[in-house]
Amino acid sequence: MSLILGILDSGGAAASTSSYESIASATGTGSSGTITFSSIPATYSSLQIRCCILASASNEFVSLQLNSNTGSNYTRHSLQGIGTSAVADGAANSSSINLDGNYWGLQSSYPTVTIIDILDYASTTKFKTVRVFNGQDNNSNRGQVGLCSGVYRSTTAISTVTINISGGINYTTNSTFALYGIKG
Amino acid sequence: MATTYDKIATTTLASAAATITFSSIAATYTDLRLVLIGTSTAGGGVRLQFNSDTATNYSNTQLYGFPASAYSGQETNKTYCDLSVFGFEVTNPCFISTDIFSYAGSTYKTLLAEYSGDQNGSGGVARIVNLWRSTSAITSMQLSLSAGNYKIGTTATLYGIKAA
Repeated sequence: MSLILGILDSGGAAASTSSYESIASATGTGSSGTITFSSIPATYSSLQIRCCILASASNEFVSLQLNSNTGSNYTRHSLQGIGTSAVADGAANSSSINLDGNYWGLQSSYPTVTIIDILDYASTTKFKTVRVFNGQDNNSNRGQVGLCSGVYRSTTAISTVTINISGGINYTTNSTFALYGIKG
Repeated sequence: MATTYDKIATTTLASAAATITFSSIAATYTDLRLVLIGTSTAGGGVRLQFNSDTATNYSNTQLYGFPASAYSGQETNKTYCDLSVFGFEVTNPCFISTDIFSYAGSTYKTLLAEYSGDQNGSGGVARIVNLWRSTSAITSMQLSLSAGNYKIGTTATLYGIKAA
């Protein structure tokens, strides 16, 4: 027996939740490898950023900086599945949080998708912990999926988030970035 | 601020079913999230197809752990997305959450799936990225199993997430 569930064009019987709100969104320009969300209000418990990324060239990587801080204040650990094996690595005292563990990198036709959670981002007494779930598959032996955790060693509330590509390449115009706030 | 996380549709099975289909999905949202929790009659793997496409347009990369080691695998030119790696278990409920990004856009579609299925000595945990090589907007999706049926009480819910 099969079950078919139809959905109305209006979105069906929506059960809206007011605890997950869209703050801002952006798309790639084709001429820049930087996306910045600024003036983020301190009115939520945590932030979530959802990215669907296509790059102007392959094999580069995405990293995260907070409050435009470029000091050696970031650390991360990564667990990735790269097809042939599960691999882990980490980096301390970095100038950003690498989101994808430096394995196969971005592609121009196959989206790399990423969910970034920044917990307790508005705290003025705690360092900030970041959780990342990301992946990219291109119907070959060079896909990857994994998890990353990072810490930004600052007690300043986060008001700016920057997502950069390495190698001087750009986000294509099909790339999308959305910042959400989650209330406690 | 606008509310952006909506339940589009949900179903809890009143009788066993081989498939669960969501159709006429509006292009209203930025991303979709599909959440499945339940059991099956034969422990088959969970599969997902879009827009009734049964061709070899799907592929995936997996990261999974059981019982004491981590592994990775890849599948190319498949006829479905793999959402589980492991089976959808017979006794203890499995939980699967799948994020489908830019589902209404004109690029290929990439999904992130989380599988949790512990069986008190077996089972496992997995993270899977799936690719559907189509530039069409997703308007329908069908869950199926590699074997057996979804049991009574299995629940599937589709959410829409809308950016500003």
